Amino acid sequence: MITRFRQIEMRLMGPLTMIPIVLLLVILGTIAALPVVATILSELVADFVPPPLQHLTIVALGTAGFVGILALNPIYSIWLERKVAAHVQDRLGPMRVGWHGLLQSFADGVKLMFKEDLVPRDADRVLFGAAPMLAVASAFAAFAIVPWGVREDGTVLAVANLNIGVLYFIAITSLGALSVLMAGWGSNNKYALYGGMRAAAQMVSYEIPTAILVLVVVAQVGSLSIPDIVNAQAGGILGVGDWLIFQLFPLNLIAFVLFFICGLAETNRTPFDIPEAESELVAGFHTEYSGMRFAFFFLAEYGNMLLVSMLAALLFLGGWIGPFGSNPLLFFVKGFGLVVVQMWLRWTLPRLRVDQLMGICWKYVIPISFFLLVVTTVIKGLL
Amino acid sequence: MAEQRSPVDGAPLVTLYDEELPPDNSYAFSSEELEEDEMILNMGPQHPSTHGVLRVELKTDGEIVKDARPHIGYLHRNFEKHAENIDYQGVIPFTDRMDYVGSMGNSLAYALTVEKLLGIGVGERVAGIRVITAELQRIASHLLAMGTYGMDIGAFTPFLLCFQQRERILDLFEWLCGARLLYNYNWVGGVSHDLPEGWTDKCRRFLDEFVPVLDEVDTLLSHNKIFIRRTADIGIITPDMAKDYALSGPNLRGSGIDWDLRRDDPYLGYENYDFNVVVATSPHGPVGSCWDRYFVRVREMYESVKIVRQALDRLPAEGDVHENVPRFVRPLAGEAYCRSEAPRGELAFYIVAENKKPIPYRVKGRSPCFVAMGLFHEITRGEMIADIIAIIGSLDIVLGEIDR
Repeated sequence: MITRFRQIEMRLMGPLTMIPIVLLLVILGTIAALPVVATILSELVADFVPPPLQHLTIVALGTAGFVGILALNPIYSIWLERKVAAHVQDRLGPMRVGWHGLLQSFADGVKLMFKEDLVPRDADRVLFGAAPMLAVASAFAAFAIVPWGVREDGTVLAVANLNIGVLYFIAITSLGALSVLMAGWGSNNKYALYGGMRAAAQMVSYEIPTAILVLVVVAQVGSLSIPDIVNAQAGGILGVGDWLIFQLFPLNLIAFVLFFICGLAETNRTPFDIPEAESELVAGFHTEYSGMRFAFFFLAEYGNMLLVSMLAALLFLGGWIGPFGSNPLLFFVKGFGLVVVQMWLRWTLPRLRVDQLMGICWKYVIPISFFLLVVTTVIKGLL
Repeated sequence: MAEQRSPVDGAPLVTLYDEELPPDNSYAFSSEELEEDEMILNMGPQHPSTHGVLRVELKTDGEIVKDARPHIGYLHRNFEKHAENIDYQGVIPFTDRMDYVGSMGNSLAYALTVEKLLGIGVGERVAGIRVITAELQRIASHLLAMGTYGMDIGAFTPFLLCFQQRERILDLFEWLCGARLLYNYNWVGGVSHDLPEGWTDKCRRFLDEFVPVLDEVDTLLSHNKIFIRRTADIGIITPDMAKDYALSGPNLRGSGIDWDLRRDDPYLGYENYDFNVVVATSPHGPVGSCWDRYFVRVREMYESVKIVRQALDRLPAEGDVHENVPRFVRPLAGEAYCRSEAPRGELAFYIVAENKKPIPYRVKGRSPCFVAMGLFHEITRGEMIADIIAIIGSLDIVLGEIDR
C-alpha cells in the first residue's frame, strides 16, 4: 500500500519538480544574459512606448524583475538552508516532496498562505499589520540601487543608478529596525517586546560600524556610487588581484570580515540572532505572527541576507568582475556564496548574550573600523 | 486534624486536615511590590527551554533578572500516594516515569531498596547487567543534557549529533526489553530479560563508534569561545553552597566536591571497577559555573564507557537472571533507605513496610532534581534573562522527577 502511494507520489512529483528547476535555470539564464536582455528590452520600449513613459516603463520592468527574484529567493534559500543544516548535522533534510525536497518550500508557502490570519485581541492592530509590510518594503527597496553589471557601452544595469548609492543603502536598511520594533511593540506580548527592544538596540548599534566600513571603501575609491566602486576593482592578476579585499593587505581584509560580521548582526543571524532567540524568547518579535504575516518576515529576512551578502560582494569582492571577464551571474554567485557562509555559521555557532553583543560592537568593532578608516585614508593620501 | 503514624516507630508521617485550606498565593510575585521599570515575566510552563513544564516567575528590570521564583507541580502525578496502593513489584513502572530520561537508574534504585528491605542479593550476572544498563542510561541521559544545553545556548548541531548516539542506546535497550523509554527492566531480585544473543557485541561496537563522535561534539561545543563566554562565569554554586543545599551528582561535582556514591558508598560491586570520579577543574572561570557542571557530564560519559567495557569483559557467561526474583514480596515490618548514583545525582527511596503486607505502607523518593531546584533562586538573582535558560539547562532538571 505504501509503495503504491509512493508510486503515485513519484508520478506526480516528477513533473512538478521540474517547475523549480526550470524556474531556477530561467532566472540564472536571464541574469547571465542580463546585458543582452536589457538591450533588447530597452529597444522594445523605445519602439513601442511613447517617450514620456519610456523611463518609467524601464524602471517598472527592472523593479518587476528584482522583486520577482526576491520573492522566489526564500523558496530556494530556505531549501538551501535546510539542506546545509541537514548536512552539517549528519542527516538528509527534506527528501520527499519533489527531487531532494525541492518542492518543500512551495508546499510550506501554500500552507502559510491558507493559515488563519490571527491578530491577538490586545494587539495594536495598525502597528501589528504594518510591521511585516515595512519589513518587506525596506528589504526590497534597498535592492533598487544594487547594480547587476555593466553593458559594453558602460551603462549600468541597475533600476536606480544613484550617485550616492551607499548612503541610500545605509538609510534604507535602518527601516528594518523600525519594523522589528513595531512588531515587538504592536504584538502586546512580553517576549515580543523583549525581542523588539533587543533588535532595535542591536541594529542601531551595528549600523555605526557598517557605515564606517562603507566609508573605508568610499575613502579609497573616492566615490559614493556603487558602480564606480566596482569599476575601480577591475584589472589585476586574473581579474582578481585588484579586488578591494586584496588591496592594502591586510587592512581591507579586516574591513571585509568586520563588514560581514556587521551584516550578520543587522540581519539577526546566528551568532547574533538574539532578537528572535528561540530558546530564550520563544520566537522574539514574531512570536504572535502566523500565516502570511509570518511569511513576510521570512521574506524580509532572506532578502536582507542576500542584500548584505551582495553589498559585501560589490564593495570588497569586485562585484561582477572576475577571472573570466565580467558577468552579472558572477556577481549573483558571489552574493549567494556569502549567503551560504551565513547559513554555515548559523548551524555551527552558539548565540551571544545581549550585553556581549553590545560589548563586541562598541568595544571592538567600532574602534577597529575607525582605525581602519583613519589608516586607509592616510595611506591613500600619501600615495 | 488526624495524623498517620509510622508502623515502625510511631513517628508522625502524614497530617490530614479535616477542612480544606484556603489557597496560599503569597509565594507568587504581586504587581504591588514592583518598583519602577520592573516587570514580571512568566517563563513557562509552555516555553521551549524550561526543560519540561517548569514555570519560572521572573522579576525583571530590562534584561536583568532581579528575582526568580520557580513554580513546580505541573507534572505532579501522585507517585508516592499511588505506591501505597500497589504491590512492591508494581511500583517499578511508576518509578520509571519519575526521571523519564534516566528510567534504568530509577528502577534500579527502587529495586535495590526493596532488596535491602527483603535482605536478598543478586547474582553476579544480574549485577553486571545492571551496571551495564545503568551506565548506558547515564550516557544516554548525559547526551540529552549535553545536546539540549547546546541548544539552550543557541547551538543546534550538537543536539542532533547527541541524539543520534542516544538513539543507538535506545535501540540497544529496545532489543533488550522491548521498550525505548520506560523499561520496567530492573525487577526486585533480578532483571526482566537476559541479554539477547549478540547484544554484547553490538554494545561493544556502539562504544567503539561512540567515543569518536563524543570527541567531535566536545570539540564543537565545549571549547567554543562563545559557549565559554556564555556559561563560564554565570550560575556560580560555591562548594559551601553546594553542600548547604545538599546537591548531588554532576551538580555537586561541578562545584569541585569529590563525591560519588559509586565510589564512596558502592553498590552492585562498583568498587571493583576502575574509573575516575570527574570533578570540575574550572579552567575558564570560578569553580561551580554552568560550564563546569556541563563539562563534568561530558567527562563522565567517557568514564561510563570505561565502566561498561569492564562490565562487558567480566560478565559471567551463564546465569539465570530470574534466580533471586521472589515469588511474593512480603517483607517483615521495617524500613529501608537505599541511595544510588542516578544520572542526575543521588536518587534514593525510603520504604516503610508493614508486617507481611504485599503493598508498601509508604514510599518516598529523594530526587536529586527537586533538591537542585532549592537553590535556583540563589544563583539566578542578578543574572540576565538569557542566563536563566543557561542555568536551568546546566542543572539538568527533569520535571517528572521534581513533581513526581
